[in-house]
Amino acid sequence: MSKTVEAYIEEISKDFSSIELSVDNYGMHNAFITKDEIYGVIEKLKEAGFNFLTDLTGSHYPENEGQEFQVVYHLHHFYNNLRIRLKVNLSKDDLAVPSVTDLFAGANWMERETFDFYGIQFSSHPNLSRILNVDDMDYHPMRKEFALEDETREDKEDKYFGR
Amino acid sequence: MSEVDIRKQAAVLASTETIDGEIATLNLGPTHPATHGIFQNILQVDGERILSTEQTVGYIHRAFEKLSERRPYNQITPITDRLNYCSSPINNIGWHMTVEKLIGADIPKRVDYMRVIMMELARIADHLVCNSVIGVDTGALTGFTYMFQEREKIYDIYEEICGARLTTNVGRIGGFDRDFNKALITKLRDFLKEFPAKFDEFCSLLERNRIFMDRTIGAGPISAERAMQYSFAGPNLRATGVDYDVRVMSPYSSYEDFDFIVPVGTEGDTYDRFMVRQQEIRESLKIIEQALENMPEGNYHADIPDFYLPPKEEVYSSMEALIYHFKIVMGETPIPKGEVYFSVEGGNGELGYYLVSDGGRTPYRLHFRRPCFIYYQAYPEMITGSLLSDAILTMSSMNVIAGELDA
Repeated sequence: MSKTVEAYIEEISKDFSSIELSVDNYGMHNAFITKDEIYGVIEKLKEAGFNFLTDLTGSHYPENEGQEFQVVYHLHHFYNNLRIRLKVNLSKDDLAVPSVTDLFAGANWMERETFDFYGIQFSSHPNLSRILNVDDMDYHPMRKEFALEDETREDKEDKYFGR
Repeated sequence: MSEVDIRKQAAVLASTETIDGEIATLNLGPTHPATHGIFQNILQVDGERILSTEQTVGYIHRAFEKLSERRPYNQITPITDRLNYCSSPINNIGWHMTVEKLIGADIPKRVDYMRVIMMELARIADHLVCNSVIGVDTGALTGFTYMFQEREKIYDIYEEICGARLTTNVGRIGGFDRDFNKALITKLRDFLKEFPAKFDEFCSLLERNRIFMDRTIGAGPISAERAMQYSFAGPNLRATGVDYDVRVMSPYSSYEDFDFIVPVGTEGDTYDRFMVRQQEIRESLKIIEQALENMPEGNYHADIPDFYLPPKEEVYSSMEALIYHFKIVMGETPIPKGEVYFSVEGGNGELGYYLVSDGGRTPYRLHFRRPCFIYYQAYPEMITGSLLSDAILTMSSMNVIAGELDA
Protein backbone atom coordinates (compact mmCIF):
# COMPACT_ATOMS: atom_id res chain seq x y z
CA MET A 1 0.00 0.00 0.00
CA SER A 2 1.59 3.20 -1.08
CA LYS A 3 1.48 6.33 0.96
CA THR A 4 -1.43 8.71 0.67
CA VAL A 5 -1.33 12.45 0.27
CA GLU A 6 -2.64 12.76 3.84
CA ALA A 7 0.36 10.81 5.12
CA TYR A 8 2.77 13.10 3.33
CA ILE A 9 1.05 16.21 4.65
CA GLU A 10 0.85 14.69 8.14
CA GLU A 11 4.61 14.20 8.06
CA ILE A 12 5.40 17.83 7.38
CA SER A 13 2.51 19.40 9.26
CA LYS A 14 4.45 19.60 12.54
CA ASP A 15 6.79 22.14 10.95
CA PHE A 16 4.09 24.08 9.21
CA SER A 17 1.05 25.12 11.18
CA SER A 18 -0.92 26.77 8.40
CA ILE A 19 -1.70 23.75 6.19
CA GLU A 20 -5.40 23.14 5.75
CA LEU A 21 -5.90 19.97 3.73
CA SER A 22 -9.20 18.97 2.18
CA VAL A 23 -10.38 16.67 -0.57
CA ASP A 24 -12.76 18.02 -3.18
CA ASN A 25 -15.56 16.18 -4.97
CA TYR A 26 -13.22 15.16 -7.74
CA GLY A 27 -10.76 13.38 -5.44
CA MET A 28 -8.12 16.10 -5.66
CA HIS A 29 -6.30 17.13 -2.49
CA ASN A 30 -6.33 20.86 -1.90
CA ALA A 31 -4.08 22.48 0.68
CA PHE A 32 -4.31 26.10 1.71
CA ILE A 33 -1.01 27.48 2.97
CA THR A 34 0.07 30.93 4.06
CA LYS A 35 2.59 32.74 1.95
CA ASP A 36 5.21 32.60 4.68
CA GLU A 37 5.20 28.84 4.66
CA ILE A 38 4.56 27.97 1.01
CA TYR A 39 8.22 27.83 0.06
CA GLY A 40 9.05 25.52 2.97
CA VAL A 41 6.09 23.27 2.24
CA ILE A 42 6.99 22.90 -1.44
CA GLU A 43 10.63 22.27 -0.49
CA LYS A 44 9.65 19.52 1.93
CA LEU A 45 7.13 17.99 -0.48
CA LYS A 46 9.78 17.98 -3.19
CA GLU A 47 12.13 16.11 -0.88
CA ALA A 48 9.34 13.66 -0.14
CA GLY A 49 8.97 12.87 -3.83
CA PHE A 50 6.56 15.48 -5.23
CA ASN A 51 9.31 16.46 -7.61
CA PHE A 52 7.29 17.47 -10.65
CA LEU A 53 5.71 20.90 -10.80
CA THR A 54 2.79 20.29 -13.13
CA ASP A 55 1.41 23.77 -13.15
CA LEU A 56 1.66 27.13 -11.48
CA THR A 57 -0.90 29.81 -12.04
CA GLY A 58 -2.96 32.50 -10.38
CA SER A 59 -6.54 33.59 -10.12
CA HIS A 60 -8.45 36.64 -8.99
CA TYR A 61 -11.47 36.70 -6.67
CA PRO A 62 -12.29 40.38 -6.14
CA GLU A 63 -15.18 39.52 -3.79
CA ASN A 64 -12.96 37.76 -1.26
CA GLU A 65 -11.99 40.69 0.86
CA GLY A 66 -8.41 40.41 2.09
CA GLN A 67 -7.77 37.36 -0.07
CA GLU A 68 -8.35 38.72 -3.53
CA PHE A 69 -5.60 36.79 -5.26
CA GLN A 70 -4.63 33.19 -5.28
CA VAL A 71 -1.54 31.39 -6.49
CA VAL A 72 -2.20 27.77 -7.38
CA TYR A 73 0.47 25.09 -7.57
CA HIS A 74 -0.07 21.58 -8.87
CA LEU A 75 2.52 19.07 -7.75
CA HIS A 76 2.84 15.50 -8.93
CA HIS A 77 4.44 12.56 -7.11
CA PHE A 78 5.50 10.29 -9.96
CA TYR A 79 6.48 7.29 -7.90
CA ASN A 80 3.15 6.89 -6.10
CA ASN A 81 1.22 8.77 -8.78
CA LEU A 82 -0.27 11.34 -6.42
CA ARG A 83 -1.33 14.85 -7.25
CA ILE A 84 -1.79 17.73 -4.86
CA ARG A 85 -2.99 21.27 -5.37
CA LEU A 86 -1.49 23.94 -3.13
CA LYS A 87 -3.04 27.36 -2.80
CA VAL A 88 -1.83 30.60 -1.35
CA ASN A 89 -4.27 33.41 -0.73
CA LEU A 90 -2.94 36.92 -1.10
CA SER A 91 -4.37 40.28 -0.22
CA LYS A 92 -4.43 42.86 -2.99
CA ASP A 93 -2.30 45.17 -0.85
CA ASP A 94 0.52 42.68 -0.51
CA LEU A 95 1.08 40.53 -3.56
CA ALA A 96 4.49 39.20 -2.64
CA VAL A 97 5.04 35.47 -2.52
CA PRO A 98 8.33 33.58 -2.49
CA SER A 99 9.48 32.31 -5.87
CA VAL A 100 10.08 28.58 -6.27
CA THR A 101 12.45 28.96 -9.20
CA ASP A 102 15.37 27.55 -7.24
CA LEU A 103 13.37 24.40 -6.50
CA PHE A 104 11.89 24.02 -9.98
CA ALA A 105 13.67 25.61 -12.93
CA GLY A 106 10.45 25.29 -14.91
CA ALA A 107 8.65 27.63 -12.53
CA ASN A 108 10.52 30.55 -14.05
CA TRP A 109 8.21 31.27 -16.97
CA MET A 110 5.11 30.10 -15.17
CA GLU A 111 5.77 32.71 -12.49
CA ARG A 112 6.51 35.33 -15.10
CA GLU A 113 3.21 34.52 -16.77
CA THR A 114 1.37 34.79 -13.46
CA PHE A 115 3.07 38.12 -12.80
CA ASP A 116 2.24 39.29 -16.29
CA PHE A 117 -1.46 38.55 -16.00
CA TYR A 118 -2.15 39.09 -12.29
CA GLY A 119 0.69 41.23 -11.02
CA ILE A 120 1.74 38.78 -8.35
CA GLN A 121 5.22 39.65 -7.12
CA PHE A 122 7.41 36.59 -6.85
CA SER A 123 10.20 37.73 -4.57
CA SER A 124 13.70 36.51 -5.40
CA HIS A 125 12.68 35.60 -8.95
CA PRO A 126 15.73 36.01 -11.19
CA ASN A 127 13.94 37.99 -13.89
CA LEU A 128 10.38 38.96 -13.05
CA SER A 129 9.30 40.69 -16.23
CA ARG A 130 6.38 40.40 -18.60
CA ILE A 131 6.48 37.44 -20.89
CA LEU A 132 3.48 37.27 -23.22
CA ASN A 133 2.33 40.89 -23.15
CA VAL A 134 4.30 43.90 -24.33
CA ASP A 135 6.80 45.28 -21.86
CA ASP A 136 5.27 48.74 -21.56
CA MET A 137 1.81 47.53 -20.63
CA ASP A 138 0.87 49.15 -17.33
CA TYR A 139 -1.86 46.84 -16.04
CA HIS A 140 -2.41 43.14 -15.46
CA PRO A 141 -5.07 42.08 -17.93
CA MET A 142 -6.43 38.89 -16.39
CA ARG A 143 -7.74 40.73 -13.35
CA LYS A 144 -11.50 40.74 -13.20
CA GLU A 145 -11.84 44.52 -13.34
CA PHE A 146 -10.82 44.45 -16.99
CA ALA A 147 -13.86 43.40 -18.93
CA LEU A 148 -13.19 41.77 -22.24
CA GLU A 149 -15.91 43.71 -24.00
CA ASP A 150 -15.78 47.48 -24.39
CA GLU A 151 -17.27 48.70 -21.12
CA THR A 152 -19.12 51.59 -22.69
CA ARG A 153 -21.39 49.27 -24.62
CA GLU A 154 -24.91 49.03 -23.32
CA ASP A 155 -26.50 46.70 -25.83
CA LYS A 156 -24.88 43.62 -24.42
CA GLU A 157 -26.03 42.39 -21.05
CA ASP A 158 -23.81 40.15 -19.00
CA LYS A 159 -26.79 37.96 -18.34
CA TYR A 160 -26.91 36.93 -21.97
CA PHE A 161 -23.35 37.31 -23.08
CA GLY A 162 -21.33 36.24 -20.08
CA ARG A 163 -18.82 38.17 -18.09
CA MET B 1 29.42 22.37 -11.14
CA SER B 2 26.12 22.16 -12.92
CA GLU B 3 25.59 20.97 -16.43
CA VAL B 4 25.07 24.52 -17.66
CA ASP B 5 28.27 25.79 -16.10
CA ILE B 6 30.25 23.00 -17.70
CA ARG B 7 28.83 23.74 -21.10
CA LYS B 8 29.34 27.47 -20.68
CA GLN B 9 32.92 26.87 -19.77
CA ALA B 10 33.36 24.68 -22.80
CA ALA B 11 31.94 27.47 -24.90
CA VAL B 12 34.36 30.01 -23.47
CA LEU B 13 37.20 27.61 -24.03
CA ALA B 14 36.15 27.04 -27.58
CA SER B 15 35.89 30.76 -28.16
CA THR B 16 39.40 31.45 -26.94
CA GLU B 17 40.80 28.62 -28.97
CA THR B 18 39.07 29.22 -32.27
CA ILE B 19 38.19 32.66 -33.49
CA ASP B 20 40.03 35.26 -31.43
CA GLY B 21 37.11 35.73 -29.05
CA GLU B 22 35.12 37.77 -31.54
CA ILE B 23 31.48 37.68 -30.53
CA ALA B 24 28.59 38.44 -32.85
CA THR B 25 24.91 38.95 -32.11
CA LEU B 26 22.56 36.96 -34.26
CA ASN B 27 18.81 37.28 -34.43
CA LEU B 28 17.15 33.92 -34.94
CA GLY B 29 13.57 34.88 -35.58
CA PRO B 30 10.92 36.19 -35.03
CA THR B 31 10.13 35.11 -38.58
CA HIS B 32 12.85 32.76 -39.58
CA PRO B 33 12.02 29.64 -41.59
CA ALA B 34 14.08 27.52 -39.20
CA THR B 35 12.02 28.46 -36.16
CA HIS B 36 8.76 27.07 -37.64
CA GLY B 37 6.81 29.67 -35.76
CA ILE B 38 7.04 33.18 -34.48
CA PHE B 39 9.46 33.52 -31.62
CA GLN B 40 12.77 35.23 -31.31
CA ASN B 41 16.15 34.07 -30.10
CA ILE B 42 18.93 36.59 -29.75
CA LEU B 43 22.09 34.56 -29.91
CA GLN B 44 25.58 35.56 -28.93
CA VAL B 45 27.79 33.56 -31.22
CA ASP B 46 31.46 33.10 -31.64
CA GLY B 47 31.75 31.80 -35.16
CA GLU B 48 29.38 28.85 -35.13
CA ARG B 49 29.45 28.37 -31.39
CA ILE B 50 26.58 29.69 -29.25
CA LEU B 51 27.60 31.49 -26.09
CA SER B 52 24.24 32.67 -24.80
CA THR B 53 20.63 32.96 -25.80
CA GLU B 54 17.93 35.42 -24.96
CA GLN B 55 14.39 34.36 -25.77
CA THR B 56 11.41 36.50 -26.58
CA VAL B 57 8.00 34.92 -26.82
CA GLY B 58 4.47 36.22 -27.04
CA TYR B 59 4.31 37.29 -30.68
CA ILE B 60 1.07 35.44 -31.26
CA HIS B 61 -0.45 35.77 -27.83
CA ARG B 62 -4.22 35.77 -28.31
CA ALA B 63 -5.44 35.98 -24.71
CA PHE B 64 -7.19 32.62 -24.81
CA GLU B 65 -7.59 32.48 -21.05
CA LYS B 66 -9.29 35.86 -20.97
CA LEU B 67 -11.46 35.00 -23.97
CA SER B 68 -12.54 31.80 -22.24
CA GLU B 69 -13.91 33.77 -19.34
CA ARG B 70 -16.54 35.22 -21.63
CA ARG B 71 -17.49 32.18 -23.62
CA PRO B 72 -19.93 29.41 -22.73
CA TYR B 73 -18.30 26.03 -22.31
CA ASN B 74 -19.13 24.71 -25.77
CA GLN B 75 -17.71 27.80 -27.46
CA ILE B 76 -14.29 27.28 -25.94
CA THR B 77 -13.59 24.23 -28.10
CA PRO B 78 -12.59 26.30 -31.16
CA ILE B 79 -10.11 28.17 -28.96
CA THR B 80 -8.40 24.95 -27.96
CA ASP B 81 -7.95 24.10 -31.66
CA ARG B 82 -5.47 26.88 -31.90
CA LEU B 83 -3.19 25.79 -29.09
CA ASN B 84 -1.22 23.00 -30.70
CA TYR B 85 -2.63 23.22 -34.19
CA CYS B 86 -0.74 20.12 -35.32
CA SER B 87 -2.94 17.93 -33.15
CA SER B 88 -6.19 19.84 -32.63
CA PRO B 89 -8.40 16.81 -31.89
CA ILE B 90 -6.40 16.05 -28.74
CA ASN B 91 -6.94 19.60 -27.50
CA ASN B 92 -10.64 19.53 -28.34
CA ILE B 93 -11.31 16.19 -26.75
CA GLY B 94 -9.21 17.09 -23.73
CA TRP B 95 -11.39 20.12 -23.20
CA HIS B 96 -14.60 18.13 -23.61
CA MET B 97 -13.37 15.63 -21.06
CA THR B 98 -12.50 18.43 -18.64
CA VAL B 99 -16.06 19.71 -18.76
CA GLU B 100 -17.40 16.17 -18.48
CA LYS B 101 -15.29 15.71 -15.38
CA LEU B 102 -16.73 18.92 -13.94
CA ILE B 103 -20.34 17.92 -14.58
CA GLY B 104 -19.75 14.25 -13.78
CA ALA B 105 -21.07 12.91 -17.08
CA ASP B 106 -21.20 9.21 -17.76
CA ILE B 107 -19.60 8.55 -21.15
CA PRO B 108 -20.44 5.46 -23.22
CA LYS B 109 -17.60 3.11 -24.05
CA ARG B 110 -18.08 3.66 -27.76
CA VAL B 111 -17.37 7.36 -27.39
CA ASP B 112 -14.18 6.55 -25.52
CA TYR B 113 -12.99 4.31 -28.32
CA MET B 114 -13.94 6.80 -31.02
CA ARG B 115 -12.03 9.46 -29.11
CA VAL B 116 -9.01 7.23 -28.77
CA ILE B 117 -8.97 6.73 -32.53
CA MET B 118 -9.20 10.47 -33.17
CA MET B 119 -6.56 11.33 -30.59
CA GLU B 120 -4.11 8.72 -31.79
CA LEU B 121 -4.55 9.87 -35.39
CA ALA B 122 -3.78 13.37 -34.17
CA ARG B 123 -0.71 12.12 -32.35
CA ILE B 124 0.52 10.43 -35.52
CA ALA B 125 -0.04 13.63 -37.51
CA ASP B 126 1.75 15.69 -34.87
CA HIS B 127 4.75 13.38 -34.65
CA LEU B 128 4.93 13.05 -38.44
CA VAL B 129 5.21 16.81 -38.80
CA CYS B 130 7.85 17.04 -36.09
CA ASN B 131 9.96 14.14 -37.32
CA SER B 132 9.82 14.97 -40.98
CA VAL B 133 10.79 18.55 -40.15
CA ILE B 134 13.80 17.30 -38.22
CA GLY B 135 14.68 15.63 -41.50
CA VAL B 136 14.27 18.92 -43.36
CA ASP B 137 16.51 20.72 -40.90
CA THR B 138 19.23 18.16 -41.42
CA GLY B 139 18.88 18.63 -45.15
CA ALA B 140 16.72 15.63 -46.02
CA LEU B 141 13.63 17.04 -47.69
CA THR B 142 12.43 13.82 -49.29
CA GLY B 143 10.98 12.21 -46.19
CA PHE B 144 9.07 15.38 -45.48
CA THR B 145 7.30 15.37 -48.82
CA TYR B 146 6.36 11.70 -48.43
CA MET B 147 5.09 12.07 -44.91
CA PHE B 148 3.03 15.16 -45.62
CA GLN B 149 1.06 13.13 -48.14
CA GLU B 150 0.26 10.69 -45.37
CA ARG B 151 -0.71 13.52 -43.05
CA GLU B 152 -3.18 14.65 -45.69
CA LYS B 153 -4.83 11.24 -45.44
CA ILE B 154 -5.25 11.71 -41.71
CA TYR B 155 -6.82 15.08 -42.45
CA ASP B 156 -9.19 13.37 -44.87
CA ILE B 157 -10.29 11.16 -41.99
CA TYR B 158 -10.86 14.23 -39.81
CA GLU B 159 -13.00 15.67 -42.57
CA GLU B 160 -15.38 12.74 -42.41
CA ILE B 161 -16.10 13.23 -38.72
CA CYS B 162 -16.08 17.02 -38.40
CA GLY B 163 -15.76 18.56 -41.85
CA ALA B 164 -12.55 20.41 -41.02
CA ARG B 165 -8.93 19.57 -41.53
CA LEU B 166 -6.61 21.69 -39.43
CA THR B 167 -8.64 23.42 -36.74
CA THR B 168 -11.00 20.55 -36.31
CA ASN B 169 -13.37 21.55 -33.50
CA VAL B 170 -14.20 17.86 -33.32
CA GLY B 171 -16.94 16.45 -31.15
CA ARG B 172 -18.99 18.02 -28.43
CA ILE B 173 -19.27 17.89 -24.70
CA GLY B 174 -20.59 14.36 -24.22
CA GLY B 175 -19.25 12.74 -27.35
CA PHE B 176 -19.47 13.38 -31.07
CA ASP B 177 -22.06 15.13 -33.19
CA ARG B 178 -22.24 12.12 -35.52
CA ASP B 179 -21.17 8.53 -35.65
CA PHE B 180 -18.24 7.23 -37.67
CA ASN B 181 -19.65 6.86 -41.16
CA LYS B 182 -18.79 4.24 -43.75
CA ALA B 183 -16.44 6.54 -45.63
CA LEU B 184 -14.47 7.21 -42.47
CA ILE B 185 -14.13 3.54 -41.66
CA THR B 186 -13.00 2.81 -45.22
CA LYS B 187 -10.46 5.63 -45.15
CA LEU B 188 -9.23 4.57 -41.75
CA ARG B 189 -8.80 0.96 -42.83
CA ASP B 190 -7.00 2.05 -45.98
CA PHE B 191 -4.75 4.24 -43.91
CA LEU B 192 -3.95 1.44 -41.49
CA LYS B 193 -3.18 -0.84 -44.40
CA GLU B 194 -1.05 1.51 -46.48
CA PHE B 195 0.61 3.74 -43.95
CA PRO B 196 2.96 1.25 -42.25
CA ALA B 197 4.78 0.42 -45.50
CA LYS B 198 5.24 4.10 -46.34
CA PHE B 199 6.27 4.86 -42.81
CA ASP B 200 8.87 2.08 -42.99
CA GLU B 201 10.20 3.76 -46.09
CA PHE B 202 10.53 7.00 -44.14
CA CYS B 203 12.26 5.13 -41.33
CA SER B 204 14.74 3.58 -43.71
CA LEU B 205 15.54 7.07 -45.03
CA LEU B 206 16.52 8.42 -41.63
CA GLU B 207 16.55 6.09 -38.65
CA ARG B 208 19.83 4.28 -39.37
CA ASN B 209 21.17 6.81 -41.83
CA ARG B 210 24.80 7.49 -40.93
CA ILE B 211 24.67 11.17 -41.86
CA PHE B 212 21.45 11.72 -39.97
CA MET B 213 22.75 9.92 -36.90
CA ASP B 214 25.98 11.89 -36.91
CA ARG B 215 24.01 15.11 -37.10
CA THR B 216 21.51 14.32 -34.38
CA ILE B 217 23.25 12.15 -31.80
CA GLY B 218 24.51 14.41 -29.07
CA ALA B 219 22.71 17.50 -30.41
CA GLY B 220 20.86 19.46 -27.72
CA PRO B 221 20.95 16.90 -24.91
CA ILE B 222 19.29 17.28 -21.54
CA SER B 223 19.54 14.98 -18.55
CA ALA B 224 16.54 13.36 -16.88
CA GLU B 225 17.12 15.41 -13.72
CA ARG B 226 17.17 18.72 -15.55
CA ALA B 227 14.18 17.71 -17.66
CA MET B 228 12.18 16.96 -14.50
CA GLN B 229 13.36 20.27 -13.05
CA TYR B 230 11.99 22.01 -16.10
CA SER B 231 8.67 20.14 -15.87
CA PHE B 232 9.20 18.49 -19.24
CA ALA B 233 6.53 16.03 -20.29
CA GLY B 234 5.72 13.91 -23.28
CA PRO B 235 8.25 12.70 -25.84
CA ASN B 236 10.86 15.19 -24.70
CA LEU B 237 10.82 13.83 -21.16
CA ARG B 238 10.62 10.23 -22.31
CA ALA B 239 13.67 10.76 -24.52
CA THR B 240 15.65 11.38 -21.34
CA GLY B 241 14.52 8.05 -19.90
CA VAL B 242 11.60 8.98 -17.66
CA ASP B 243 8.59 6.87 -18.61
CA TYR B 244 5.92 9.40 -17.72
CA ASP B 245 2.88 9.16 -19.95
CA VAL B 246 -0.48 10.57 -18.87
CA ARG B 247 -2.24 7.81 -20.81
CA VAL B 248 -0.69 5.27 -18.46
CA MET B 249 -0.34 7.22 -15.21
CA SER B 250 -3.86 8.67 -15.11
CA PRO B 251 -5.77 6.77 -17.79
CA TYR B 252 -8.62 8.64 -19.42
CA SER B 253 -10.99 7.71 -22.21
CA SER B 254 -10.47 3.95 -21.56
CA TYR B 255 -6.76 3.97 -22.39
CA GLU B 256 -6.36 1.22 -19.82
CA ASP B 257 -8.07 -1.16 -22.28
CA PHE B 258 -5.29 -0.92 -24.81
CA ASP B 259 -2.01 -2.70 -25.07
CA PHE B 260 0.85 -0.41 -25.97
CA ILE B 261 4.32 0.39 -24.75
CA VAL B 262 5.76 3.72 -23.69
CA PRO B 263 9.04 4.13 -25.55
CA VAL B 264 11.88 5.85 -23.72
CA GLY B 265 15.30 7.09 -24.71
CA THR B 266 18.49 7.44 -22.72
CA GLU B 267 20.41 10.57 -23.66
CA GLY B 268 17.65 13.09 -24.22
CA ASP B 269 19.29 14.36 -27.39
CA THR B 270 17.78 15.09 -30.76
CA TYR B 271 18.17 11.53 -31.98
CA ASP B 272 16.41 10.13 -28.92
CA ARG B 273 13.56 12.57 -29.25
CA PHE B 274 13.25 11.60 -32.90
CA MET B 275 13.30 7.88 -32.12
CA VAL B 276 10.79 8.17 -29.27
CA ARG B 277 8.38 9.88 -31.62
CA GLN B 278 8.99 7.30 -34.33
CA GLN B 279 8.19 4.50 -31.91
CA GLU B 280 5.14 6.33 -30.60
CA ILE B 281 3.75 6.51 -34.12
CA ARG B 282 3.97 2.71 -34.31
CA GLU B 283 2.33 2.38 -30.90
CA SER B 284 -0.44 4.76 -31.91
CA LEU B 285 -1.12 2.60 -34.95
CA LYS B 286 -1.40 -0.40 -32.66
CA ILE B 287 -3.86 1.45 -30.43
CA ILE B 288 -6.00 2.52 -33.38
CA GLU B 289 -6.11 -1.04 -34.68
CA GLN B 290 -7.20 -2.34 -31.29
CA ALA B 291 -9.82 0.37 -30.91
CA LEU B 292 -11.23 -0.26 -34.36
CA GLU B 293 -11.23 -4.01 -33.80
CA ASN B 294 -12.97 -3.87 -30.42
CA MET B 295 -15.22 -0.91 -31.09
CA PRO B 296 -18.20 -1.45 -28.77
CA GLU B 297 -21.76 -1.03 -29.92
CA GLY B 298 -23.67 1.83 -28.42
CA ASN B 299 -24.41 5.47 -28.77
CA TYR B 300 -21.92 7.99 -30.09
CA HIS B 301 -22.76 10.50 -27.39
CA ALA B 302 -23.60 10.55 -23.72
CA ASP B 303 -27.14 10.95 -22.51
CA ILE B 304 -26.78 14.46 -21.09
CA PRO B 305 -29.55 16.57 -22.63
CA ASP B 306 -28.47 19.57 -20.59
CA PHE B 307 -25.22 19.81 -22.53
CA TYR B 308 -25.59 17.82 -25.72
CA LEU B 309 -27.60 19.53 -28.46
CA PRO B 310 -30.65 17.51 -29.53
CA PRO B 311 -31.03 16.49 -33.21
CA LYS B 312 -32.33 19.35 -35.33
CA GLU B 313 -35.45 17.55 -36.53
CA GLU B 314 -36.50 16.98 -32.92
CA VAL B 315 -35.97 20.65 -32.11
CA TYR B 316 -38.60 21.46 -34.74
CA SER B 317 -41.05 18.80 -33.64
CA SER B 318 -40.74 18.18 -29.91
CA MET B 319 -41.06 20.68 -27.09
CA GLU B 320 -38.50 19.11 -24.78
CA ALA B 321 -35.84 19.13 -27.46
CA LEU B 322 -36.66 22.76 -28.21
CA ILE B 323 -36.28 23.71 -24.56
CA TYR B 324 -32.91 21.97 -24.25
CA HIS B 325 -31.74 23.47 -27.51
CA PHE B 326 -32.73 26.94 -26.34
CA LYS B 327 -31.06 26.50 -22.98
CA ILE B 328 -27.80 25.27 -24.44
CA VAL B 329 -27.66 27.95 -27.11
CA MET B 330 -28.53 30.71 -24.68
CA GLY B 331 -26.12 29.32 -22.10
CA GLU B 332 -28.61 28.74 -19.33
CA THR B 333 -27.44 25.25 -18.55
CA PRO B 334 -26.83 24.67 -14.86
CA ILE B 335 -23.12 24.03 -14.30
CA PRO B 336 -21.91 22.82 -10.92
CA LYS B 337 -19.51 24.91 -8.92
CA GLY B 338 -16.13 23.36 -8.65
CA GLU B 339 -12.52 23.23 -9.57
CA VAL B 340 -10.98 20.55 -11.76
CA TYR B 341 -7.59 19.83 -13.16
CA PHE B 342 -7.66 17.43 -16.05
CA SER B 343 -4.84 16.49 -18.33
CA VAL B 344 -4.39 14.51 -21.49
CA GLU B 345 -1.26 13.33 -23.25
CA GLY B 346 -0.96 15.87 -26.03
CA GLY B 347 1.43 15.64 -28.93
CA ASN B 348 4.04 17.43 -26.85
CA GLY B 349 3.24 16.19 -23.38
CA GLU B 350 0.88 16.78 -20.54
CA LEU B 351 -1.75 19.18 -21.80
CA GLY B 352 -3.61 20.31 -18.70
CA TYR B 353 -6.81 22.25 -18.16
CA TYR B 354 -7.28 23.96 -14.81
CA LEU B 355 -10.90 25.01 -14.71
CA VAL B 356 -12.67 26.96 -11.99
CA SER B 357 -16.43 27.18 -12.27
CA ASP B 358 -18.55 29.42 -10.07
CA GLY B 359 -21.79 28.09 -11.53
CA GLY B 360 -21.99 30.82 -14.16
CA ARG B 361 -22.47 30.26 -17.86
CA THR B 362 -18.77 30.72 -18.55
CA PRO B 363 -15.71 29.44 -16.72
CA TYR B 364 -14.61 31.69 -13.89
CA ARG B 365 -11.01 30.86 -14.60
CA LEU B 366 -9.47 28.61 -17.19
CA HIS B 367 -5.78 27.95 -17.37
CA PHE B 368 -4.10 25.85 -20.00
CA ARG B 369 -1.00 23.96 -18.96
CA ARG B 370 0.80 24.19 -22.25
CA PRO B 371 3.73 21.81 -22.52
CA CYS B 372 5.52 23.93 -25.16
CA PHE B 373 5.49 27.03 -23.01
CA ILE B 374 7.00 25.12 -20.13
CA TYR B 375 9.73 23.22 -21.88
CA TYR B 376 10.81 25.94 -24.27
CA GLN B 377 12.45 27.75 -21.35
CA ALA B 378 15.06 24.98 -21.21
CA TYR B 379 16.17 25.81 -24.75
CA PRO B 380 19.07 28.15 -23.83
CA GLU B 381 20.45 25.57 -21.46
CA MET B 382 20.25 22.90 -24.13
CA ILE B 383 22.05 24.84 -26.85
CA THR B 384 24.61 26.92 -24.96
CA GLY B 385 28.03 25.79 -26.09
CA SER B 386 26.75 23.90 -29.09
CA LEU B 387 26.86 24.81 -32.76
CA LEU B 388 24.24 26.94 -34.44
CA SER B 389 23.15 24.11 -36.74
CA ASP B 390 22.57 21.93 -33.67
CA ALA B 391 20.46 24.66 -32.11
CA ILE B 392 18.14 24.58 -35.12
CA LEU B 393 17.85 20.81 -34.82
CA THR B 394 17.22 21.04 -31.10
CA MET B 395 14.37 23.44 -31.65
CA SER B 396 12.68 21.35 -34.30
CA SER B 397 13.11 18.15 -32.29
CA MET B 398 11.59 19.76 -29.20
CA ASN B 399 8.61 20.51 -31.44
CA VAL B 400 7.98 24.03 -30.23
CA ILE B 401 4.58 25.05 -31.62
CA ALA B 402 4.02 28.79 -31.47
CA GLY B 403 0.28 28.42 -30.89
CA GLU B 404 0.79 26.38 -27.79
CA LEU B 405 3.68 28.51 -26.62
CA ASP B 406 1.76 31.76 -26.52
CA ALA B 407 -1.85 30.76 -25.95
